[in-house]
This record gives sequence, structure tokens and C-alpha cells, in this order.
Amino acid sequence: MTNFNIESVREDFPILKSQVNNHKLVYFDNAATTQKPLSVIEAISDFYKTYNANIHRGIHTLAEKATEEFENTRKSIKNYIGATSENEIIFTRGTTEGINLIASSLGKKYFKPGDEIIISEMEHHSNIVPWQMIAEEKKLKLKVIKVNSSGELDLNHFKKIISEKTKLASIVYISNALGTINPVKEIIKICSDNNILSLIDGAQASAHSDINVQKLNCDFFVFSAHKMYGPTGVGVVYGKEKILEEMPPYMGGGEMIQDVSFIKTTYNDLPHKFEAGTPNIGDVVGFKEAIIYINNLGKKNIQSYEEKLMSYAKKELEKVKGIKIIGTSEKKIGIFSFTSESMHYYDIGLLLDAKGIAVRTGHHCTQPLMEKFNVEGTARMSLALYNTTDEIDYFINTLSNILSQ
Amino acid sequence: MTTQEIQQGIIEDFSVLEGDLEMTLNYLIELGEDIQLIDEELKTDDRLVKGCQSKVWLECKKIGEIYKFYGDSNTSITKGLLSILIRIFNEKSQEEIINTSLFFIERIGLNRFIGTQRSNGLQSMEKKFKLLALKN
Repeated sequence: MTNFNIESVREDFPILKSQVNNHKLVYFDNAATTQKPLSVIEAISDFYKTYNANIHRGIHTLAEKATEEFENTRKSIKNYIGATSENEIIFTRGTTEGINLIASSLGKKYFKPGDEIIISEMEHHSNIVPWQMIAEEKKLKLKVIKVNSSGELDLNHFKKIISEKTKLASIVYISNALGTINPVKEIIKICSDNNILSLIDGAQASAHSDINVQKLNCDFFVFSAHKMYGPTGVGVVYGKEKILEEMPPYMGGGEMIQDVSFIKTTYNDLPHKFEAGTPNIGDVVGFKEAIIYINNLGKKNIQSYEEKLMSYAKKELEKVKGIKIIGTSEKKIGIFSFTSESMHYYDIGLLLDAKGIAVRTGHHCTQPLMEKFNVEGTARMSLALYNTTDEIDYFINTLSNILSQ
Repeated sequence: MTTQEIQQGIIEDFSVLEGDLEMTLNYLIELGEDIQLIDEELKTDDRLVKGCQSKVWLECKKIGEIYKFYGDSNTSITKGLLSILIRIFNEKSQEEIINTSLFFIERIGLNRFIGTQRSNGLQSMEKKFKLLALKN
């Protein structure tokens, strides 16, 4: 734990000093978005202050510098997730756009009527709706892996629903609503054994888990910068180069072309083929600092600290009378969804907010999962590397007081 | 009392809370406990104002030229907000209900409850009151 000093970590996040409703902010909505360290904020500000320019086709100095910094982020991401080449890293607006990009592009050439796609009951709406849309358009069949009462995927059911028509499985690494860590390595192995493309939704995993796409051997991996201490509006599609090469572009426009004429337009090479238009340069530049921040702290150190926090929160939350935790897998990160017998989650969320505690309430964009657990929604507290056991104590006391009113 | 005067009264009632969110929420929860409650069997989909976070049911009875409102919500705070709206619109004529603009919300710092299209805010509840008065 030599590199991980919680006091100094908290100093890096200016927002944590805020007062909310006359109380010290306790930010437990990290599964929705994480806060940003000063280095990320300053990198974005520095871009606009000193070298803002459009990238790739400029010949002047600022454009060169902006292009270099933009492409440096791509290199950092390649290393962060263990990809083989920068050509495998495509910038998007976020995980949602990433899944839409893959669904739409594969839909143009790869999927044939009658083909099957497998998702699971614990997917976020962003990993359900794009597949429903392409399934409707291309007459595909969507199959859904069942979740058990602890909130874990039933892999036997997964194996059972695979058929020779199954073309792709798109599965979440860590559930945003339950915190369950899915056995993605095993899932990907099942996919490759059955000649099925695998897509992993890594939105929640990117900040918390070790990610090495080569070791995982997934075909696609998508995630967002803002859930890993980076800016909003930036995400990444990782895809195996060979597969991306075969895929047609998602959107047309500038940047993604080689030559344009009214007779025939040729497309640019990877990764630019999938990056039409001016990207979110400033935020991509800021994203690199988020990766540097995580790397400097060390994933192992972060994981070991978060693991302790998670266990502590679990132990304390289980003591609160009258609440039910939804998602009780042994393998989970610090995401706790709960309901109360005596109070609606919306009331709980507002009353916690009055005490400076930020949690999320509602269905967490996982309505089918909520239905599975027979609830309309939950209150959800989710932890990140800058949270403390003191904050958990304050949360538990406040929650207990609210529920005993 | 006119809807204007009732709103003035509500502003005065809330003024003692000095904008403190916790006290405001607890006061709303108290107000909700005294709501003119809708009968359980009338909680049907056509009486429902469905929101992202909470559900609200609203029913009206026309007595002569005035309207009596009954409601409920599955969340205590929304129920409190609904009870305020009932206090304003209750036993008023169609004309007064439709022409009332709600100025108390901003004055007592309840802006966060106005709501957007997705949420079940005061705006969509206000609309439901006016629609019920128009239709009946």
C-alpha cells in the first residue's frame, strides 16, 4: 500500500471538499460517474488555453501538437487494456455509442436473417436496445441468459441457448445495478469455442478490474472515460484488428475517408475509418491523465483498497434493519442496491441528499433486471477509490436514522 | 380563498424552514400524511401520472361548479407535494383551476421538484389537475 495514501488521494479530487446542503459531500454515485482528479481537469483546460486546434489534417504547429496529444491518449489506452495495436482503439462518445457502433456495423454485412445474438438479464439498456433495434431491422433473434437469485449469470443456461445460428454474445463485465463481477474469461472461452463473437461491456470494470484484452481474448471491449476518473463524452471501442478491418464504417463524414468523389469514395484505414467528424479532442486529451492517474496509484493498490472498502460497506449495510440488498454474489465490487420495507427508494435518496450524501435511485437503466427481482427500482450506493470507511459510517448512521423515522 | 391567496399562505408556512432541505423534506412528508386520499380501487392506470421515480394517482369529483380532488403517491415526499397542489386546486371552479399559475414553487425553493419530461414532477401533476378540470 506504499503508493496509496487515502488522504493524499482525496486531495487530488477538488470536488470532494464541497459542501452539499450544508454538509460535507459524500459521493456514493460512482457507478453513474466518477469524480475527476485535478490533473484531468487541468489537462482539458490546458488544451483549450494553449493548443486548441483541429487534429490530423492541420499542418500548423498547434494542429500538430493537438494531434500528437490526441494520439498519445490512444497509445495510453492501448497499453492500459493490453491491445496489440493502436489500430484496435476507436474513440466514441461512450460505452453506449460503442455498442451501437458495433451492432450497426456488423448489421450491415455480418448478420443474416435468422441469426441469433445472446445478451443477459443483467444488461444495461445500452446493451439491450441497440441489439433489439438491429434484430428488428435484420430479422435476428435475441436470446437472454438467465440470472439467479444472487444476481449471477447462469452459465449452463448460456451454453444451452447457444445454437449454430448464434453469431455474437454481448455481456456486461460488472453489473452496474448489482455490482456482480461476471466470469468473463469463461464466457469468452465459451464464445470462441462455439465460433461466436464476444463483446464485453466494460463500463463498470474499466476503473476497478485488471483488463487485458489479449488475455481475455474477447473480440470487442467497450468502455467510457467518465467512469474511470476521466471526462464525460469519451469512450472506447476495442476490437480485434482483423475483425475491425472487415467491418464497414459506422458513420460517414470527414476524417474517415481516403478519397471522396461522386463516383466512388474510399475509406480511411483503421482506426480512423470509424471516427467520422471532429472528435472530442479536449476530453480525449484529458482522458490520458485519468489513465496516468490510475497507473500511478497502481491497479493492485486500488483494488486492495477498494476490496477493503467493499467488505466494510457490505458488513455494515447488512446490519441495517429493514433493508434488502439486491445482488448478493460473493464476487462483486462496491455497488450496493437496496430497498426498504418502510420507505420508497426515492424518499431515501432525497433524505440522504439533504445530509450531503449522493446516491442514485431508480431502475438504473436495467428495467428487465429490476423486474426479475420484483422491484421497480432501488437505492444504490457505489464506491470509488477516494471513498473512506468514515464516509460509510456516516452513510450507515444517516440511513438508519432515516429509516427509523 | 383564491388560489393566489392559498399559495401566499403556503409560502408563509414554508418560510419558517428557511430553505433547509432536510426540514423541507420532513415537512413535505408530514403534509402527505394528511392528504385527501383517493380510494384504493380508484388507483387505476387512467388516474396515474407515471414518472421515472414515483407514481401519483389523482381523481376529481365535480360538485356543482367546483372540483374536489383526491390523490396518493407511492413515495412520501411526492405525496406531500401532491397534497399541496390539492390544497391549492381543491373546491375551485374550472376557470380558476385552468388560469392558476403556480408561483409558490420557486418562492419556497422547490425548483428541483418541478421536474422534466422524464420525472414525475410538479409540472406533470399540475397538468393532470388542469386536464381533470377540463374533462369533467
